[in-house]
Amino acid sequence: MSDNIYKPYLMEIDNIVEETPDVRTFRLKFKNAEDAEKFSFKAGQFGEYSVFGEGESTFCVASSPTRKGYIECTFRKAGRVTNALANLELGDTVGFRGPYGNTFPIEEWEGKNLLYIAGGIALPPMRCVIWNTIDLREKYKDITIVYGARTVSDLVYKEELKEWEARPDIKLITTVDPGGQTPEWKGEIGFVPMVLEKVAPSSENTIAILCGPPVMIKFTMPVLKKLGFKDKDIYTTLENRMKCGFGKCGRCNVGKVFVCKDGPVFSYEQILILPEEF
Amino acid sequence: METTRKLIRKQSLEKLYNKLTADRKVYAPVTAADKQVEYKYNPGFADVTFDHIRSTLSVKNVVFPKVENLFFYTNSRTESTISEIDLNKIPEVVLWGAHPCDTSALDTLRSIFCWDITDEFFLKRLEKLTVIGLSCHQSDQYCFCTSTGLSPNSSKGSDILLSGLQNGDYHADILTEKGKNIVNSSPELFEVISDGKEIIAEVKQKFSHEKVTEKLAGAFEHPFWVANSLRCIGCGACAYVCPTCACFDIQDETKGNNGKRYRSWDSCGFSLFTLHTSGHNPREVQSQRWRQRIMHKFSYMPERNKSLGCVGCGRCSSGCPVDMNIAEQLEALQNI
Repeated sequence: MSDNIYKPYLMEIDNIVEETPDVRTFRLKFKNAEDAEKFSFKAGQFGEYSVFGEGESTFCVASSPTRKGYIECTFRKAGRVTNALANLELGDTVGFRGPYGNTFPIEEWEGKNLLYIAGGIALPPMRCVIWNTIDLREKYKDITIVYGARTVSDLVYKEELKEWEARPDIKLITTVDPGGQTPEWKGEIGFVPMVLEKVAPSSENTIAILCGPPVMIKFTMPVLKKLGFKDKDIYTTLENRMKCGFGKCGRCNVGKVFVCKDGPVFSYEQILILPEEF
Repeated sequence: METTRKLIRKQSLEKLYNKLTADRKVYAPVTAADKQVEYKYNPGFADVTFDHIRSTLSVKNVVFPKVENLFFYTNSRTESTISEIDLNKIPEVVLWGAHPCDTSALDTLRSIFCWDITDEFFLKRLEKLTVIGLSCHQSDQYCFCTSTGLSPNSSKGSDILLSGLQNGDYHADILTEKGKNIVNSSPELFEVISDGKEIIAEVKQKFSHEKVTEKLAGAFEHPFWVANSLRCIGCGACAYVCPTCACFDIQDETKGNNGKRYRSWDSCGFSLFTLHTSGHNPREVQSQRWRQRIMHKFSYMPERNKSLGCVGCGRCSSGCPVDMNIAEQLEALQNI
């Protein structure tokens, strides 16, 4: 194995799902069997994905570690690298470095209810832990997923949403912003915090995992507090711009805390003592 | 290793230098036509300066190059390959005549690049480096090494430390095995110590870095940052001349199907440094970026990397186009 901590694995695009007009999911397989053998990761970790010639971009691994032999990533076409990624086709090569960062403490959550709350493109960084806990279903009590997007066409993982909806052991609530619905839409209409308040899941023996745009977080937190959730029982995953992924390039820190090393997973108790720098 | 002190005559220094340049690369300071001092590989001994207060750029380039290739790739639609850089081919280098602030900074850089996981690009260069430091016999108003726990004749980071004597000869403190190897390769040039008075610059202490660190713990929201960064134009010059700034960018450069991924110096003073693709920027105004610079060096690094991120060389202040003086600011900071 190389000592070069900047050298990515070479990955082949094995499957592409067009989630929305500008969001795609790649399934990536290791080109080198030895790399595949050695590689392991845990829910919550992230990596640096690259298109050679364009650079690297940071996303959480979107697939569960319980699904072996590949990793998945979901990205929105937004910048230089993600646009280049979106232009790739089946069989093309992507670079991947990782896994980096800490993990969701899913062992500590055993025997508890799990409440996942995601907005828009923030479902992908939570999909890993969602599937991870669903695949270990017997270890957890109720699993509730509240997911909102601006419009029906902005909902990602449409096939999986159907699957989760059909399962009796998962409670899925989807919502779209007012005006974002279609005539056929059967889900909720309204912003995530309002829908959460309406659904009012119990905070008793429950862990809430929250991820979304800052404005969603801002208005969801008071609802969670009202429902009785304690700061230590609320988790999120932070994102900041990164280059290296391992605490050297100097840009992802929030105060003295490195999102890449100490995060990306934080409890709300930890977030509260961070300076406002994310 | 126990330090031993020897004497090296003025005329022997040239012999030592020539011997070193004969079989390896020596990175030494020279004065350019514009009176700026810069480090060059193997300049003639006559051009090597012993009188500089500080070179324009620090010596960090020798272990953390401005641009460092991380690997090469070929990339076509059907095939992608990576070819690695052989780090064993990094040559032996002697850093000659670097002042204690700069040699100490090599240790500071190590505390970043070897924190948690080791960056072999940096470490291999450092391992191949032998440092012949030179105590300062003069200082100027920008120097503040003594405020960062160092001194004009601090031996930190040096393998041999030279200190000039009144008669023009030098004391040579041999500090490490690497230093000893140099002495052993030319034993005739090093004499038993005789009486001589070292000329060491005086650098007045301007602030207590412990006090600054203590103050910073509760100063994140202090109005100090806005008030003291209004002048800052975010040019990043302070980071580029700094011997301990290690923040970097990673970029690709391609020609046809071939290219390289490299890292290059970057600066927390730039707004693009932390800008998200969404347009959100955690440090969107200059005062937040100035705060990051000071906090990183004097608060975060002491706690996380167990080293102070500043060696008091004064380059950021002497080189600042809008005359922001970090030592003055830190002096003020300890009393907020």
